[in-house]
Amino acid sequence: MNPLCRITPRHTLPAVLLWLTCLLPLHANAQTTDSAPEETPSTAAAEAQQPTFEQLVQQLAGGSLRDRAATVNQLSSQSDERLADVFNALVAGDLLANKDKPPVIAIRDGERLTDALSGADLTGTQRLRRIPVNNSLRTQLRGQVAQLNLNHPNTDKRYAAVERFIRDGVDDETAALLRAHQQVEDSGRVQDAITTALAVYQLQSDDRAIRLAAIDELSGSLEQEARNALRGIAENDADAELRSAAAEAIESIQSRISFYRFVENLFFGLSLGSVLLLAAIGLAITFGVMGVINMAHGELIMIGAYTTWGVQVLFPDLIEWSLLIAVPAAFLITALVGIAIERGVIRFLYGRPLETLLATFGLSLVLQQAVRTLFSPLNRSVSSPEWISGTLSINPVLSITYTRLYILIFGLMVFFALMLVMKRTTLGLKVRAVSQNRAMARAVGVRSSWVDALTFGLGSGVAGVAGVALSQLTNVGPNLGQAYIIDSFMVVVFGGVGNLWGTLVSAMSLGLINNFLEPYAGAMLAKVLVLIMLILFIQKKPKGLFPQKGRAAAD
Amino acid sequence: MKLKNLVKKAGALGVACSMALGALSVQAEETIKVGVLHSLSGTMAISETTLKDTMLMLIEEQNKKGGLLGKKLEPVVVDPASNWPLFAERTRELLEQHHVDAIFGCWTSVSRKSVLPVIEELNGMLFYPVQYEGEESSRNVFYTGAAPNQQAIPAVDYLKDELGVERWVLAGTDYVYPRTTNRILEAYLKSAGVAEDDIMINYTPFGHSDWQNIVAEIKRFGSTGKKTAVVSTINGDANVPFYRELGNQGVSAEDIPVVAFSVGEEELSGIDTTPLVGHMAAWNYFMSEDTPENEAFINTWHEFTGDEKRVTNDPMEAHYIGFNMWVKAVEKAGTTDTDKVIDAMVGVEVPNLTGGTSTMLPNHHITKPVLIGEIQDDGQFLTVSSTDELVPGDAWSDYLEGSKDLISDWTAPISCGNYNTKTKTCVGAQAEE
Amino acid sequence: MLTQRLLLSDRGGMLVLGLVVLMAIIVPICNLAVPGDSPLHVSNFTVGLLGKFLCFALLALSVDLIWGYAGILSLGHGAFFTLGGYGMGMYLMRQIGDRGVYGHPELMDFMVVLNWQELPWYWQGFDMFWFAMLMVLLVPGLLALAFGWLAFRSRVTGVYFAIITQALTYALMLAFFRNEMGFGGNNGLNDFKEILGFDLAAQATRVGLFIASAIALVLGYLACRYIVTSRAGRVIVSIRDAESRTRFCGYQVESYKLWLFVFSAMLAAVAGALYVPQVGIINPGEFAPLNSIEMVVWVATGGRGTLFGAIVGAFSVNYAKTFFTTYSPETWLFILGGLFVLVTLLLPKGIVGLFDRFRRKGEK
Repeated sequence: MNPLCRITPRHTLPAVLLWLTCLLPLHANAQTTDSAPEETPSTAAAEAQQPTFEQLVQQLAGGSLRDRAATVNQLSSQSDERLADVFNALVAGDLLANKDKPPVIAIRDGERLTDALSGADLTGTQRLRRIPVNNSLRTQLRGQVAQLNLNHPNTDKRYAAVERFIRDGVDDETAALLRAHQQVEDSGRVQDAITTALAVYQLQSDDRAIRLAAIDELSGSLEQEARNALRGIAENDADAELRSAAAEAIESIQSRISFYRFVENLFFGLSLGSVLLLAAIGLAITFGVMGVINMAHGELIMIGAYTTWGVQVLFPDLIEWSLLIAVPAAFLITALVGIAIERGVIRFLYGRPLETLLATFGLSLVLQQAVRTLFSPLNRSVSSPEWISGTLSINPVLSITYTRLYILIFGLMVFFALMLVMKRTTLGLKVRAVSQNRAMARAVGVRSSWVDALTFGLGSGVAGVAGVALSQLTNVGPNLGQAYIIDSFMVVVFGGVGNLWGTLVSAMSLGLINNFLEPYAGAMLAKVLVLIMLILFIQKKPKGLFPQKGRAAAD
Repeated sequence: MKLKNLVKKAGALGVACSMALGALSVQAEETIKVGVLHSLSGTMAISETTLKDTMLMLIEEQNKKGGLLGKKLEPVVVDPASNWPLFAERTRELLEQHHVDAIFGCWTSVSRKSVLPVIEELNGMLFYPVQYEGEESSRNVFYTGAAPNQQAIPAVDYLKDELGVERWVLAGTDYVYPRTTNRILEAYLKSAGVAEDDIMINYTPFGHSDWQNIVAEIKRFGSTGKKTAVVSTINGDANVPFYRELGNQGVSAEDIPVVAFSVGEEELSGIDTTPLVGHMAAWNYFMSEDTPENEAFINTWHEFTGDEKRVTNDPMEAHYIGFNMWVKAVEKAGTTDTDKVIDAMVGVEVPNLTGGTSTMLPNHHITKPVLIGEIQDDGQFLTVSSTDELVPGDAWSDYLEGSKDLISDWTAPISCGNYNTKTKTCVGAQAEE
Repeated sequence: MLTQRLLLSDRGGMLVLGLVVLMAIIVPICNLAVPGDSPLHVSNFTVGLLGKFLCFALLALSVDLIWGYAGILSLGHGAFFTLGGYGMGMYLMRQIGDRGVYGHPELMDFMVVLNWQELPWYWQGFDMFWFAMLMVLLVPGLLALAFGWLAFRSRVTGVYFAIITQALTYALMLAFFRNEMGFGGNNGLNDFKEILGFDLAAQATRVGLFIASAIALVLGYLACRYIVTSRAGRVIVSIRDAESRTRFCGYQVESYKLWLFVFSAMLAAVAGALYVPQVGIINPGEFAPLNSIEMVVWVATGGRGTLFGAIVGAFSVNYAKTFFTTYSPETWLFILGGLFVLVTLLLPKGIVGLFDRFRRKGEK
């Protein structure tokens, strides 16, 4: 091996250059071995010159980042079938090593540890630590992995590999590789991606007909690289016909993109709406149905979020299930806290809404400070389970994040469950009876104080459930509740107090309005504008979008 | 009349309190008092409480070494409660009632601005430990955090030269630090030949939580084929939802790296760092720095807090440097007299925690190394670049129209915080003095 | 006759006012004339603290006037207070002139940093004290007029009114945080030099401001007394107790409420204008909804519906706040929160009501 390669490249660009200089002697070496096939590399000297795959992998464990980059380059010229696994693990941070000499190199796959070299299962106690990688190394690895992954059994991996090729630019060599692979590829998605990749490659061809065909091929593509390549032609190419063809292709792409962008915006708006809905829906019960101004509502959400954290701390092995456990746990805990608040404070204040407001605000301060004292003022780290992370890629310009999608679905589920409780159960019936005419309800035998406590508990429990969802989006800390309280009240008042459907409509429309304003006004002004709009709206229609009618609305 | 009685009693209580305070100030002759002005309640408590603990630790360590000038050091801790007018009030309390000889404190720019008139009026000393926007210089303030040229500009250089970034998103929370930093960076990038179209600037409110649109926009901005990076001056609570959204929308550090100036070890300890791996931060200190000084510092910190999991961060190092510089300057001056200590401060050299020696400059800023680190999944940073030499802090940016001719030099003969090198005059209010 | 109406029939008020006047006389003497080492000396720190409390007392008075007498709970009075403060702050900023760090003759430092070329139109005129003071009254007054006109006319009452006033102050906070607004963003306005030519760092100026605050409080109190003891005041109380009935009696309920609301907003603005030069900074944080709710608690603690109760409440809660944030910062929110709950549950008439109860027991 050329000693130059031991000089560690300091930065990316020099690293690439050095790598090239390292490759040259490698090729030279290869040629010399070709020319002298009798010479087997069995002598000690030859082995020192040409480290084995095992040595190289072990070499990954030590040295600086630059050494590691050099080692990766050396490895990439090896054709060992274990290479793909090693690279995949390294890039994902799943390649571990200990401090032995030579080190044990292990691949982590979930809970399982296997020796990277022997493939044997490893158990515990070897003090394995992750081999650190940085961005430039990761980028370098991804390129390597793409080539290796082209034959991966997993369709997603193959697709990602082709995407990588498109991104890194296709040259003659990779084009040949892709063409060869296209023959055996059975997934349509990957086939299409390869077609695009080849078309992008053909755009650079010398043959005008091929280029025109490629432009035609790309005219429906949503890949950003295709778009960029076409734009390059439309703006700079000498050939007028090619220019106009490219421009036309771009136009057709643009109209498709703007449609998808609209869909994306719609989704963002609904997703924001679902967050507002979750934050407000508990309040729609306590404030809307019972008429209690619960300023501690935000803190109940916070308790729900802390419950999620608590579940993850208590059951560190069940992260995947933590949210499912947290939902009922948070519901119970916050419902109990809510009932305690109702029995301890609010029941003395019925009929005095402004006093309720002040007392519950005091409670919110106490709860906040209690959390600070108990769990420290620092935010808590809540991790996301695997199944909720990632995106649902519909096409290159439209992808929907699973977290948002699940929260949207979850919000609607909570909403309809609550609807069902209110309309179809005895509790719901009693709640409605008490809220419409307390005296009459008591007269027919409803224990109104018991119903009050349960209703408040229900509203609080729902707030806690919302906290579980919000823990997946934002900080879990003592200030979590404050961030949502004003928005929640706005949603309920805008929708019309006492009307669950109104809350749904108002949350979704506020989400959409905010989201469509944001690109024009900026995040800050959009929020201000929505608030001003709301203030004016409430002045115009004090009872909200869907006012309650009849006697119940009298007060 | 009962009310009258109560008022009388309250009055008596007040007198008693002030007498008690008087008694305290008699004791003061035997100790040297150090004021600690960090919020212990309210929104900023999350960051500032750690710095209060750091100060208590440093003072305790110094007392173990025998104190200063033969006297023990006595910390005076007050709580400005994240309320900006209260910062000024508490500063007055520290200087007038407790007669402290130096104050270590403040975090946000607005708290420093609030304290500034009081500290100048009463001729105190303030050590400010947080990276800030520059464009300020006071004879009574020592800036031990990074100025923009000690954090922002080297970070941008790294992205530009090492990662080949050509398109820039400057995203920040809407307040003075991001505004000024981004204006400096914009001017700097343009002077380096970056086109107007290749810079996107975005401001969001404090605690912004819905990042869907902005992240989507960043993705689009980064999809033109040129390498794109985000320079983030997003503050505090808004970071978690921002990074989560980046992760969710599949923006990885290899595609569009984010380099942040306000995200350190302490902030990361409250975040699930898995989606953040590879994103970067620029600081003057990382807990992961492998030097004997740092190891000793971390051990003392763990002992002091009794918590093996507590992390250390950049502002803590700034207080470490600032405190040691003050101790040295007091020893050099042989007194705690403010004017003499201020004069003795310039030129003081103390070791920092990254293996170098920081010097107090005539402009009351210090020399620091600039480190770029990538976030690892254990919440620590992996240093990927560091400046070879220490970078001297610059109070006035060379890239802003208003301040490029200004310098700060508190030594004779200039003795001015905003000296115009072109007109050779001291500008503004200080001109009169 | 007027003295009888305003003062003599109001013994608690007389006592409290007397104490304020006494304080306004003794404190300056103890600060300026008594040497620093004397135990009777009042430090600059204490003068500043008491001056701040006086402003808060005036603010509490304005909240009590509409909440205690008209039953309108505004959770947005911090907005008027802060707007008043910004008016004064803008005047003080213009007084800096070319003494800013960049030495620009007209622009504020933060405008130079943002690379603005000229002074925005809404900063014009604020270099004149009379104009600035006019704006201190007019801007919050007009905002209250517009807001109140819309709200009262469409009969937004009770909790709805409370919630939208909270939204109002929240919206203003977000708006003022924006640097494009030209009010200094998060940093707000600070580093003031002088007021009416007097150096703000001078002891005498500070004492002057203290006395001015005391005078404003006394005048504000008398004005509120005048209103609540007038015929209109009776109508206002009857609106609080039975709004519909008052309306049916032929009174223009909306306009009574509206003008009282506007007056109260202007009172709050004056408090803000006096507050700013004493604390040396005004920033959007003052708009925070928490502050506005805290004001209501001062009034509730002191005793709503008695004007002097508001003053007692403002002083006692703020004194407690200063005390606890100094000696036991962690417990302050527990205490404040507990105060909210206890006062509403057990002391609906506040501290003043407590004394009344004792007195009545004694008389029996």
